[in-house]
Amino acid sequence: MPTKRILRKVLVHLVLIALGLVMIYPLIWLFFGSFKTNREILGGGGLLPEKFLLEGYILGWKNDWQYNFGHFLGNTFRLVVPTVFFSVLSTPLVAYGFARFRFRGHKLLFALMLSTLMLPNTVVIVPRYILFRNFGWLDSYLPFTIPALLATTPFHIFMVYQFIRGLPRELDESAMIDGCGPVRIYCQILLPLLKPVIVSVAVFQFIWSWNDFFNVLIFISSVHKYTLTLGLRMMLDIDAASAWNQIMAMSVVSLLPCALFYFFTQKYFVEGIATTGLKG
Amino acid sequence: MKKNNNPSVSMKATGGYQNWGYVFIAPWLVGFLLLQLYPLLSSMFYSFTDFDLLNPPQWAGLRNFVYAFTKDRYFFQSVQVTVTRVLFAVPAKLIFALLVAMLLNCRVRGIGLYRTVFYLPSIFGGSVAIAILWRFLFMREGLVDQFLANFGIAPRDWLGSPDTALFTVSLVTVWEFGSSMVLFLAGLKQVPEELHEAARIDGAGAVQRFFRITFPLLTPVVFFNLIMQVINAFQEFTTPFVITGGGPARSTYLYAMMIYENGFKFLKMGYASALSWLMFLVIILLTALVFKSSPYWVHYSDGGE
Repeated sequence: MPTKRILRKVLVHLVLIALGLVMIYPLIWLFFGSFKTNREILGGGGLLPEKFLLEGYILGWKNDWQYNFGHFLGNTFRLVVPTVFFSVLSTPLVAYGFARFRFRGHKLLFALMLSTLMLPNTVVIVPRYILFRNFGWLDSYLPFTIPALLATTPFHIFMVYQFIRGLPRELDESAMIDGCGPVRIYCQILLPLLKPVIVSVAVFQFIWSWNDFFNVLIFISSVHKYTLTLGLRMMLDIDAASAWNQIMAMSVVSLLPCALFYFFTQKYFVEGIATTGLKG
Repeated sequence: MKKNNNPSVSMKATGGYQNWGYVFIAPWLVGFLLLQLYPLLSSMFYSFTDFDLLNPPQWAGLRNFVYAFTKDRYFFQSVQVTVTRVLFAVPAKLIFALLVAMLLNCRVRGIGLYRTVFYLPSIFGGSVAIAILWRFLFMREGLVDQFLANFGIAPRDWLGSPDTALFTVSLVTVWEFGSSMVLFLAGLKQVPEELHEAARIDGAGAVQRFFRITFPLLTPVVFFNLIMQVINAFQEFTTPFVITGGGPARSTYLYAMMIYENGFKFLKMGYASALSWLMFLVIILLTALVFKSSPYWVHYSDGGE
């Protein structure tokens, strides 16, 4: 029996390793490919480059347009950082409101909030475009930051809501008996305890905003305001036939911050998903 | 949702205190009304109009809907492509995620590392860089062809042929199975080991135990995953848009792409709204179907609520 069990474990490991390699190999290939020459990429050959060349990075970063990738990277931060900040600011407030107060209409509003989980972005994108056009927000980052300020991501709210419900109510109640109002309870008692779940919100928001393409494609029109994803797409349209190593290098530039961010914060990811039981 | 009412503290029962809740949810309420409810309703209005942004909307009655079903050359093509994609990508992703989650649940060492690796693709979501990677992987004589050559499979034009392009593009979704896997893994951890032990003693095989114990207990997770994945799958845009642009021969012309083109390329905002409402109705219908069918196949350990 023990040998059989060991054999089974070895088998499981082998399958997992094989599967993991197949899954991750394309990413590793992209990474090393970004140091190759175009000829080398086209010629197939091994995973590692003959020589590590930075040509793809240098030429790709500079490119021939008015704006280099540093500019797009800066724009991406200008969009992502305020969006993350506002999400982190507004989400726990709303979650607290739903988790700890039973006001009139609570049930209905909470159900509405949850139902927006199922509201496809594609369905509201046209009217939102018209709305933001009337506000004069097009070609700015306001269509990203203001929705974050208004806590329109039900996934975040629900995640924090679940977390707050896991905290004992006695905490609030004893503070209340000590004469604390709701604002002070929130700021001084709950907020410090919410730190892990707030990090989860920040992590998700960062990754989503960083990779977002559909919304920036629609709301951003001038190259001056382009983010990394739009810059990459433009590069692909212009240089697709020629400068493969440059395209690969800039792809790495756009993926790497996300990957690093993920490696350092993955605990929060997995917990966030598992506690809400949400996010497909 | 279970309510967390606690009537023991009488101060809390006073309306004044509970009304503080409105203050806290105020940002969401504004956001909901302005950025979710209003757009939803106004898009319903626009769907009955001709609207090109430059002139005020002109009432068009049902013309947009009639146009979609009778005149638009690409409407049915797009519906067919989208449905095919949903029917392939969602089950493939969920089955794959469940299988890997079950492997990870075998209590092997290093599960954290495996999970990190398997989850990594998911964080890139609909990233443009991943679409670019896919284009490189599946180009003629690209990495995939080279790999398949080891098994004697001849190279083919994965993205250039209408027969394989949709499949190739949809594989990205399957590749990003990580979040479903994490959910399944959390669900699997809830399955009591004693049940398996007891079944084993009664002589139940592994397959039988899966279908009689594991799967029934997992159905709530499957149920939720199914709904979210279907909704996401209908909206897929970035990967096909960047890789194939809808081609070749419109074989990857997904519904979201059709909405995008009509709305933002041809500035037919009314028609695009009509198209998006049609999609919304289908999604509502499907979700309702899944919900309605759930008593027959979703098993809640606490008897459901």
